[in-house]
Amino acid sequence: MSTLIKYTANGATEIENSFVHVVDGEPVPQGADIIVSLGRIKAEGEALLASGVRVGVQIEPAEAVEDLAELLPRLALVAVAFPKFRDGRAYTSATLLRQRLGFNGEVRAVGDVLREQAYVMTRCGIDAFVPADGSSAAEWSRAAGHFRHVYQTAADGRTPAYAEPGRR
Amino acid sequence: MYRYDAIDKEFLTDRSNEFRHQVGRRLAGELSEDQFKPLRLMNGLYLQLHAYMLRVCIPYGTLNVAQVRRLAWIARTYDKGYGHFTTRQNIQFHWVKLRDAPDILDALAEVDLHAIQTSGNCIRNTTSDPRAGATAEEIDDPRVWSEAIRQWSTLHPEFSYLPRKFKIAVTASAKDRTAARVHDIGLALRQGRDGTLGFEVMVGGGMGRTPFIGQTIKEFLPATRLLSYLEAVLRVYNRAGRRDNIYKARIKILVSSLGAEEFGRQVEEEWAQIDAARADLPDTELARIRAAFIQPGLEVLPAVSDSYEAARGANPALARFARNNVSAHKAPGYAIVDVSLKAHDATPGDANSDQLEAIADLAERFSLGDIRVTHEQNLVLPHVKQSDLPALFEGLVAVGLATPNINLVSDIIACPGLDYCALANARAIPVAQSIAQRFLDADRAELVGELKIKISGCINACGHHHVGHIGILGVDKKGEEYYQLTLGGSGAEDASIGKILGPGLNADQVAPAVDRLVEVYLAERQGEERFLDTYRRIGMTPFKEAVYVDAH
Ligand code: HEM
Ligand code: SF4
Repeated sequence: MSTLIKYTANGATEIENSFVHVVDGEPVPQGADIIVSLGRIKAEGEALLASGVRVGVQIEPAEAVEDLAELLPRLALVAVAFPKFRDGRAYTSATLLRQRLGFNGEVRAVGDVLREQAYVMTRCGIDAFVPADGSSAAEWSRAAGHFRHVYQTAADGRTPAYAEPGRR
Repeated sequence: MYRYDAIDKEFLTDRSNEFRHQVGRRLAGELSEDQFKPLRLMNGLYLQLHAYMLRVCIPYGTLNVAQVRRLAWIARTYDKGYGHFTTRQNIQFHWVKLRDAPDILDALAEVDLHAIQTSGNCIRNTTSDPRAGATAEEIDDPRVWSEAIRQWSTLHPEFSYLPRKFKIAVTASAKDRTAARVHDIGLALRQGRDGTLGFEVMVGGGMGRTPFIGQTIKEFLPATRLLSYLEAVLRVYNRAGRRDNIYKARIKILVSSLGAEEFGRQVEEEWAQIDAARADLPDTELARIRAAFIQPGLEVLPAVSDSYEAARGANPALARFARNNVSAHKAPGYAIVDVSLKAHDATPGDANSDQLEAIADLAERFSLGDIRVTHEQNLVLPHVKQSDLPALFEGLVAVGLATPNINLVSDIIACPGLDYCALANARAIPVAQSIAQRFLDADRAELVGELKIKISGCINACGHHHVGHIGILGVDKKGEEYYQLTLGGSGAEDASIGKILGPGLNADQVAPAVDRLVEVYLAERQGEERFLDTYRRIGMTPFKEAVYVDAH
């Protein structure tokens, strides 16, 4: 089973992944926490959410995260997909989930998730990672926390340089 | 000039340490070249035809004395003794070794320089007016806004993996020295009727294989709302820009496929949803940045310096230099001096370590320690007392940097071409030199007046050939180097894309063809017309006939 790294204010820890990705068209396993596609949640949302398991939705880069707006309060997590690390659309999806749609649940990066992107992912409000490069939580944490200062506001709420007390 | 405080310095240290760690992993074999490539590119390190090339950012084209000295030292210590200024206000070192790169970045960081975002699909260095803070033409200092953009765009988490690279230009004068209309975003400062500042926002300009002139999507954006508006533009582009084909991934393709109006509408819709209080810079921060650009040390002087007038009268070489390389400063008794890196036998944009050190010394003595880099691959000393011009001129002559050819036929932009570049179809530098050689007669060059020749070794258009009054593009025809000429381009406020003159020419035919084009212009021009104006009035035919006369 793949590692899941959870990132909080106290650092990164490896935790057990209880969620199963359900492929479109395949039956939902009984009793397991599930991650389904946007299409599936739109079609079968009520039934899935009523079944008593925790439900997450995976957003592909080309999909509009705004389509989830009404369902968000009932979702356990949103997975944002990086088919290739170079595809930066998920950064906007994650940012909008946090800043515009007010989602406080887990935002999980899945796909081509590499340590080199830990910093930008974290800043966009992504707080759970399924690394594709075998990174440990400690390595991930070091990469994400490398910079003592940031220059702009972002979904992680860090104080930008211009608002730091030491700015001259 | 903006000075880095402890926060900016710590940021660069963190960045440099991170890269040293990554290079260590590469050299130890823990990272493959494939895995390492995106990391080195994020630090400006390219693999070129012969060696690694390091591209160093010169934020909005502004350098101080210590920085220029450090660049000279790096060129001497780690390169073959010279650096190459590019058309995007960067400097490149073409002969760097991988194991030296972390030390070079440390040496740069000590003087507040870096290579962050000089490559990759992110927001690159902001282009600005090399005369900022010195010219009376500007309605505000564009460096203030460029610095705001520098900070905002540095490791911007949402916009570090865009569909393609992204370049922003800020200009504040009617005369555009930034090529704003061929940037992804061009920002032109305007004064509103009520006296407030705003930007005309142009998007979707660019060159490469599908050149476009940027289109205005907002006539007047209140200046204090700049960052939220940029966020909206970048977000629309990040979501909707094409990622399936790198040749169609620039914002220009998105803007042209949606239409500027629809693109602008989507930006407005996004912008309306952004929380201004979070996204826009507070006035206090803008005031802090603005204060950093107030120029200390300008003296109150008479408008005319008698000693300079006398020296100019006595020395024809100084007089020629003054006519071509010296312009008016906003402060009486001062001048702006252009330093040409286009001596006729030089590689356009190259400066060796001795020259860089001389420039630093001269700037320290005569230009309040301020040095600028232009997108036309020249340097500017922005704050020179007229009474110092004769001494400065002598100092420039001594290091071969007094070529009096700014904006003239031999002030050519050329990319590295086949001499250095793995993508080239043809050489560019020798072609530039052959044209310069042909117009060695300085009186004739002055008679011809403003004529912008731009040469690219392939369709990527690093040499801006599309916007040359005469553009020259290297093409490969069955394994042979050929050159396609275009006429009528401009990267300035009257921006346009050049049109193809006719069949390609071989290397030997280019300089004679330019000569013929110039002869047609001299015969046809009216009044004060520049080459470009005459071309626009009389059209392609007379020029074409003159060049291809032998072919009939
Ligand atoms: C020597 C190695 C170089 C290589 C391999 C290289 C490669 C490229 C490529 C592939 C592009 C096209 C990117 C695109 O359209 O998205 C490009 C664009 C560009 N390059 Fe270079 N380049 C090199 C050197 C330079 C130099 C020395 C300059 C400055 C003199 C320069 C200035 C530019 C500019 C301004 C553009 C943007 C053109 C546009 O707006 O479309 N490049 N380069
Ligand atoms: S225009 Fe082509 S040949 Fe010239 S530097 Fe760019 S990629 Fe190389």
